[in-house]
Amino acid sequence: MGPATALRRAIPEVVGILVRRGADFASAEDAVQTALVRALERPILGGVRDVRAWLVTVAWRAFLDQVRSDTARAAREERLAQEPERGLVPQHDDTLGLYFLCTHPVLTSTSAIALTLRAVAGLTTRQIADAFLVPEATMAQRISRAKQRLVGIPLDQPGDLSRVVRVLYLLFNEGYSGEIDIAAEAVRVTRQLAALTDEPEVAGLLALMLLHHARRPARVIGGRLVPLAEQDRSLWDVDAITEGVAILQSALARDRLGQYQAQAAIAALHADAPTAAETDWVQIVEWYDELLVFGDSPVIRLGRAVAIGEADGPRAGLAALDLVGDDVPRYHAALAYLQERSGATDAAAAEYAEAARLATSILEQEHLLRQAQRLSQSRDTIADDR
Amino acid sequence: MAKYLMLKHYRGGRPAANAVPMDQLTPDEWAAHVQYMLDMEERLLASGELVSSEGLSMGGAWVRFDGEGRPPVVDGPFAETKDLIAGWMLIEVDSYQRALDLASELSAAPWAGGTPLGEWLELREVMSAPPAEVG
Repeated sequence: MGPATALRRAIPEVVGILVRRGADFASAEDAVQTALVRALERPILGGVRDVRAWLVTVAWRAFLDQVRSDTARAAREERLAQEPERGLVPQHDDTLGLYFLCTHPVLTSTSAIALTLRAVAGLTTRQIADAFLVPEATMAQRISRAKQRLVGIPLDQPGDLSRVVRVLYLLFNEGYSGEIDIAAEAVRVTRQLAALTDEPEVAGLLALMLLHHARRPARVIGGRLVPLAEQDRSLWDVDAITEGVAILQSALARDRLGQYQAQAAIAALHADAPTAAETDWVQIVEWYDELLVFGDSPVIRLGRAVAIGEADGPRAGLAALDLVGDDVPRYHAALAYLQERSGATDAAAAEYAEAARLATSILEQEHLLRQAQRLSQSRDTIADDR
Repeated sequence: MAKYLMLKHYRGGRPAANAVPMDQLTPDEWAAHVQYMLDMEERLLASGELVSSEGLSMGGAWVRFDGEGRPPVVDGPFAETKDLIAGWMLIEVDSYQRALDLASELSAAPWAGGTPLGEWLELREVMSAPPAEVG
């Protein structure tokens, strides 16, 4: 691990240490960011043995500078400057508290994602702005406004772990890939969170991320989206799958099932199949039924309908799809797929075209248009043969 | 979290609630209309939701490729074209509902007599990368 990586890993701990010494969260986060930028700008880390201790020292100095430049806080500066420096023993509750704070219910999920990337993952505002393709000024405002909303909320409050998990999941699913690999950052901060807590759902989320991440090398080939059934499975990352499955199994063994473990189980069943044809769809349907217990949602029902179509045939799948509203994302794509398998080629071609019209990603749109075209061509070929 | 484009039109679509033509606005009314949009931009920047915001001039050209090695064909804006885009605000927001609220706010910019213009705004989602579950 290089010094820059070690530095970024130390960030949540160091913010926690500064807060325990008396800094407020917003200032502590700013100071650590200042220290980090300073470290990354100059090659001063080569000779540093204990990166975390170095970061604490430099960040604390940056914080004091900040306080000193703010004359209104002169009295507090006196008090802080005179305090003996406490030890550097990180308290894991501080780091956990940082996750709770960055995903606090007073924040919108967009703000929570931005703040988590900065305060927990240690990315700079510019890196986050680049990743989400927004101006740096906008991202700076998003982060500073989020920090303002958190004023007065202590770092040591027990928070809502399910909200943390949801934000990390959203973060992973943003799916942008710029210079900074946001999905990889999401895996990293989730792995860190999993080490701080023994909540099976956190492990479930980590497993889900690893299993999805493992398929990434096979997802897009030559600029085209390759559906799961057609992916070259030799491209999947075996190590990530092995780790994901192991994490999931130990989570499931604790017998506190939740939606992320159930979703990871579905991803694991796909990963287990040497070929698409060997996928255990019956078990996947069972996991979808489990998922519905944790909250009925049309998105889950859509996935379930497709799985039923594989397990019990396209007619059964279409019947299950009848229970899903046609305003759910990817409804028309699922309908087209099941119609085609049931032999209704014309209807399927029209549904693929409709799905393409509604797609909100270019890769999916292009894939759906190709399906529509393929079916129209096959129909023309049949007509020519007559 | 998604990006949306709010498109303003000089003309096109259905008539606005306040249908006084643009050239009949007093300078003060026009200034108030523009100021409203500038204020809104500033608020969206402060809330971390603004991606970009621009106005477009009314004049323009239609350009077409006319074969290799030949100059492009250029035509003025066709008189018969009903639709003329006036500008845009590009936002990144938490939900579709938030995008609707902001589009409605932009549509309410003051117009003749200081009452809201109530123009029809075109709201379009920006394409993004597919989420990890797809594939």
